[in-house]
Amino acid sequence: MGDSTSPSDGPAEPRRKSKKPKCLQQELPACKPLLTPMIVVTTFALIGIIFIPIGLASLSASEQVVEIVYQYDVDCIPEQSQNDKVAFIQSSVTNKTCTRTLTVPRHMDGPVHIYYELDNFYQNHRRYVKSRSDKQLRSKASEKVTTNCAPEATTSDGSVIVPCGLIAWSLFNDTYSFAIDSKTIEVNKKNIAWQSDKEHKFGNDVYPKNFQMGGLIGGAKLNANIPLSEQEDLIVWMRTAALPKFRKLYGRIETDLDANEQITVTIQNNYNTYSFEGKKKLVLSTTSWIGGKNDFLGTAYLTVGSLCLFLAMAFIVLYLLKPRTLGDPSYLSWNRNPDGHY
Amino acid sequence: MARQGPTTLEDEESCPPPPPPPPSSHLPKPISEPPLRLDSFPPPASSRSQSSLENTVPFPLPPRIRHGSCAESERFATSQRELTDADSRVVLVGDPDRTDPRLELSGNAIRTAKYSPLTFLPRNLFEQFHRLAYVYFLVIAVLNQLPQLAVFGRGASVLPLAFVLLVTAVKDAYEDWRRHRADRIENNRAASVLDLSTGRFRPKRWKDVRVGEVLKVLADDTIPCDMVLLATGDPTGVAYVQTINLDGESNLKTRYAKQETMSRAPDAHPFVAANFIRCERPNRNIYGFLGNMEVDGKRVSLGPSNIILRGCELKNTAWAIGVVVYAGCDTKVMLNSSGAPSKRSRLETHMNRETLLLSALLIVLCSVVSVCNGFWLGNHRDDLELSQFFRKKDYSDGDEKNYNYYGIGMQVFFTFLMSVIVFQIMIPISLYISMELVRLGQAYFMSGDTNLYDESSNSRFQCRALNINEDLGQIKYVFSDKTGTLTENKMEFQCASIGGIDYSGGNAPPQGNDKVPVLDVDDQCWKPKMLVKTDPKLVDLLRSKGDTEQGKRAHEFFLALACCNTIVPLVVETSDPKQKLIDYQGESPDEQALVYAAASYGFVLIERTSGHIVIDVLGHRQRFDVLGLHEFDSDRKRMSVIIGCPDKTVKLFVKGADSSMLGVIQNGIDLDIICATETNLQTYSSLGLRTLVIGIRDLSRNEFEEWQSAYENASTALIGRGRFLRAVASHVERDLHILGASGIEDKLQKGVPEAIESMRQAGIKVWVLTGDKQETAISIGFSCKLLTSEMTQIVINSKSRESCKKSLQDAVAMSSKLAAPGNVLTGAGSARSPLALIIDGTSLVYVLETELEEELFKVATVCDVVLCCRVAPLQKAGIVALIKNRTDDMTLAIGDGANDVSMIQMADVGIGLSGQEGRQAVMASDFAMGQFRFLVPLLLVHGHWNYQRMAYMILYNFYRNAVFVFVLFWYVLYTAYTLTTAITEWSSVLYTVVYTALPTIIVGVLDKDLSRKTLIKYPQLYMAGQRDERYNLKLFILTVMDTVWQSAAIFFIPYVAYRHSTIDGSSLGDLWTLAVVILVNIHLAMDVYRWNWLTHASIWGCIVATFICVIIIDSIWLLPGYWAIFHIMGTGLFWLCLLGIIVAGMVPRFTAKALTEYFMPGDIQIARELEKFQNVNAATTSEISMSTFSQQP
Repeated sequence: MGDSTSPSDGPAEPRRKSKKPKCLQQELPACKPLLTPMIVVTTFALIGIIFIPIGLASLSASEQVVEIVYQYDVDCIPEQSQNDKVAFIQSSVTNKTCTRTLTVPRHMDGPVHIYYELDNFYQNHRRYVKSRSDKQLRSKASEKVTTNCAPEATTSDGSVIVPCGLIAWSLFNDTYSFAIDSKTIEVNKKNIAWQSDKEHKFGNDVYPKNFQMGGLIGGAKLNANIPLSEQEDLIVWMRTAALPKFRKLYGRIETDLDANEQITVTIQNNYNTYSFEGKKKLVLSTTSWIGGKNDFLGTAYLTVGSLCLFLAMAFIVLYLLKPRTLGDPSYLSWNRNPDGHY
Repeated sequence: MARQGPTTLEDEESCPPPPPPPPSSHLPKPISEPPLRLDSFPPPASSRSQSSLENTVPFPLPPRIRHGSCAESERFATSQRELTDADSRVVLVGDPDRTDPRLELSGNAIRTAKYSPLTFLPRNLFEQFHRLAYVYFLVIAVLNQLPQLAVFGRGASVLPLAFVLLVTAVKDAYEDWRRHRADRIENNRAASVLDLSTGRFRPKRWKDVRVGEVLKVLADDTIPCDMVLLATGDPTGVAYVQTINLDGESNLKTRYAKQETMSRAPDAHPFVAANFIRCERPNRNIYGFLGNMEVDGKRVSLGPSNIILRGCELKNTAWAIGVVVYAGCDTKVMLNSSGAPSKRSRLETHMNRETLLLSALLIVLCSVVSVCNGFWLGNHRDDLELSQFFRKKDYSDGDEKNYNYYGIGMQVFFTFLMSVIVFQIMIPISLYISMELVRLGQAYFMSGDTNLYDESSNSRFQCRALNINEDLGQIKYVFSDKTGTLTENKMEFQCASIGGIDYSGGNAPPQGNDKVPVLDVDDQCWKPKMLVKTDPKLVDLLRSKGDTEQGKRAHEFFLALACCNTIVPLVVETSDPKQKLIDYQGESPDEQALVYAAASYGFVLIERTSGHIVIDVLGHRQRFDVLGLHEFDSDRKRMSVIIGCPDKTVKLFVKGADSSMLGVIQNGIDLDIICATETNLQTYSSLGLRTLVIGIRDLSRNEFEEWQSAYENASTALIGRGRFLRAVASHVERDLHILGASGIEDKLQKGVPEAIESMRQAGIKVWVLTGDKQETAISIGFSCKLLTSEMTQIVINSKSRESCKKSLQDAVAMSSKLAAPGNVLTGAGSARSPLALIIDGTSLVYVLETELEEELFKVATVCDVVLCCRVAPLQKAGIVALIKNRTDDMTLAIGDGANDVSMIQMADVGIGLSGQEGRQAVMASDFAMGQFRFLVPLLLVHGHWNYQRMAYMILYNFYRNAVFVFVLFWYVLYTAYTLTTAITEWSSVLYTVVYTALPTIIVGVLDKDLSRKTLIKYPQLYMAGQRDERYNLKLFILTVMDTVWQSAAIFFIPYVAYRHSTIDGSSLGDLWTLAVVILVNIHLAMDVYRWNWLTHASIWGCIVATFICVIIIDSIWLLPGYWAIFHIMGTGLFWLCLLGIIVAGMVPRFTAKALTEYFMPGDIQIARELEKFQNVNAATTSEISMSTFSQQP
């Protein structure tokens, strides 16, 4: 009651509005959609009609893709080292070369993409994914910026590692070479990385420094004379995968491969995935408009499409079995049981 | 009037002992006597006798005579209680320095502001953190600052909370600044204080006034503190005060200075400081005061009629001198203004329950992640050192040490905390901001609504509380004041029946100079302030001056109207100095109406002094001596005056309720007149008019002398003065000749019956709580269609606890009998006869806060209508509490006077009418408006919309944030449980702020499920809110299930599609971001009822804005996701995934919606269809109902 003299709460200023603004009266023109049977059935039918062709198209696209997958991590360990694979891979004296023959199942149009696929390798692990310095990668001036790079930021004597961080440190270092009938097939390793990364993210004045000099070798070494912007394997690797099972582009075979051709693959099996039971696969694959081999999307579209068609049908049946006049006041609850209220 | 069997449960017992003090509770003790408008205060003379009555029980009354009102005897009893030192304060008159040093007497300064500049920051923050959600976010933000747990950038985690706190703090600061300003103005007003050294009054500021000082107040001044009257400008010691700011009554109240002090102060003569006052401690009871004063060694009792209270205005009295007994915060007005308790909307309370559920869900998610992480670490214990992505050890310093690894237990603990940080938006902080914004928007539209604009008082709708808008959509009980709320508080004389002939043909007030009663006084022209319409036949009859029987009767009839009252005429200046208006002031609006009516017919009351009145009778000024006056009391139900006429005859004029008057009419004479009058009375009351019967008796000299001696004996009696006076009155009020009857209209506000009918249909129970007497309340009940003739009335008027108990038990039995379905009397299937409960304040004294409350609750809830008459302000609050504490139903209180404040603050929603009765109700209310009928558009339209919108918005916000959290959660399962997010942290922060914020606010402010027209036409649609249809646990659980499905669709479709691909984290993160945003916006789009351009712009605009934001984020080379969006947008798989997610995510919801809307339609759905398909039909029928509430005159 002490506020009684507060002047600002007085009645509204004597301002008279001659016309009602529609917005203030909440009378803006509006459309009021209703889920009428027509709209429901049409929606479901439309989805079905759109989804089924898309599903078929993507299935056929996926069908056209030819894919050769070869898992070599166990295969490429000699019989005698099978019990202690980690020791084999860590040893610097063992011969890690491994030659195998793959058969081309169907004709493969060039370019044929060569991928390596790792499984159980958590490139998205929190410790790992943060361990990089984008500033350092981009320009020489920021060479000392190694904020998140621990434990691969500096060498034991304190000098900066370029490129720093766990991601670069763990660069994949298996190599593949291919031959058909003893004739080497050219593997094009140019342009396997994103153009945008090469141009803007990795500096052409940044050269590797003190890389892979520590006590624990994580993976590949880098040529200290080539700027990072041209180290495409590194650039590909640094684009960390989303999932623990991932492929990375290794290179391309620009020629066609014919059906039933025997490809001899020579694998340098250097990369240690044995300590954490990771799998390594070599993948040769053609591409289509939906990417690689991928039956899921087509199947999913077919399923959803046919489900919607079925729902459309079901709704028609339901509407016919239990018809109801829309907007019939006799359905209002107080009209159905007049005694029900008050 | 055909009322079916009014079941009166009146008790016949004599006066019982007063009730024991009620159990302590938050309500102060209900005052034993309701404010009686027509009852007088205890006559001052009676207090002289009180000292002899110390420590006696209420004096025994003869069992036969029932007119001894218990309330009064009880008051006698209480006032006899000796004031002990412990519960009293002693005030030395005129000597503030020596006044009771034991008490910390505060000055008269008041302080309503909450903060000072120094305490603002800590106190405001402290208050804000009462909201548990804020503490939660603070803890999260602090956790995120720890290096081991840093998930987000430091700024990103603190910003949202800081923003919310800042906005609220600014709002609070502004409100407090306004209170400071109001306080300052109040404290610096001027008062005149007696300076003992000089004996003169000198000005002093209000805040410096102290207890014990003697103050002089002039006419029309506001009284600065509670004072005991010492002397007034009137020789008899009378002062008139207007208590509009205190209890909302606009009429004048009479207060008396004690004769003892009057005689000591012939004029502003200094008072002797040796006199002292002993009075009770400050309390909230504005109708009670207890104290005594020592004057020259003589002890004088003081009662409520001797004190004038802060906030009142002195009227019609030249000056008054009083001594301050309570000042500042101790004054009754300040004690009664315990600030409005902050209210929380019901939805928000319910929301807290769901927030707790969400917290539980959050804890489950975090536990799953941390436990899984523990297992993962355990299983890979031996691999961690060599796996490239973990690197347990750090060799860079030469010696081996663990790198950021603290053992499995610690890692699990950290993982848990980190997951809380990552999943924090499961509890939607943005919801609190959105809700504030939406309420602001709703308030803006409500106050802008022309249907809530009152042209007569030029007042718009005001939202004073901003946090209970949506409660308006769930009201189940409306508690309404009567005077000024249902009625305009303007009594209007409508018709007269004189000598059995009905004169109700008037249609216009008299016009033209010859007919308007204009008086010439000293070259000035005096006019009554207001004129009523006059019946031309009656005017002619009066003017003809014929000596017919009928003419004489009419003459005496109006003479009776002009003199049989306690009205004080006030002459008011106008802008024209030649013209003055006569304003009639009095406690009873009925009397005012009668006097105005008499004036309109040419019998103008001009002057009243204590001994005589002056009436201008058709142009001739005549002086009448008032020889005696028997005031109105509720037992006799009539009042009378004995007038000595200029022609030396003595006449007794009596006016009273028809029931009491017809019993004292002289038998055997004028039978046909009585009969005709009775017929007219019935006609009047069936029109809802308040009727009074006027009688006359010529007193012979003997009779007069006999009366005079009896009267003098009675008024000097020491014990039972009131009782003797009543006996004298009853003795003289007999063998009357009937003059006629009057019909007064208690003008209802416009549209009240229609509004009540609409609310009844909407399932809202309307209770009327009034301080008025029972008959009036019932007649108003009929005229506003609250009561109907087919209702069975249960009346409870009890004067003791036992009889009250019995009445209630009978009522319970009867109501259950009548309410039983298919009972024999009403016949199976047919609607039962509706019940009405009528209970008065005296009975409520015995009911409220005792175990009888339960019984009353039972009866009241089965009754369709409840009328409470003669209730005190705190009883009003007690009745509201009766419902509020026992049910979950929402209550709304509406009133216009200060006596409604407690009720308004008690109810879930309080509405103040900005009427003539001051602004106290408005100040205490949550919403303020101009007319009662606005309740219909307010509740049925805005309340309904607000509730629908807010309920939907809360559920949607829960859903929206949970979908996002679940998407993050699914991904965490594929990152070795390490809480990596593919979605960038910037997108996480922007998600609730930019990507999805605007549409919910726009929809929350603008979406309308039904048009105003439909909602008004079908009030029953309002019941959706009462049934909690749009927000309940079931809906919440369904929403959560839908959330899980949608998040699974968002996550797993891209997951499976990209399982064997070269996809990088950022690209997939962008896909997920876009998918979530598009899906939640489409979800909202599917539920929007009305698409206007703003809705379109906000929903589609938000999707576009998200694309733009993602593109901008991906254009920053510093972030790992540089250019990812452009790469992934270039592939067909991306678009196929997006389309697939949207369709797969929405199909279940769409199907469920289509099924329920068609096969299980709710009322709202049907009404929507009606709107769409039956426009033609609706347009014709709704015109009538629309015009009542919506169209402005």
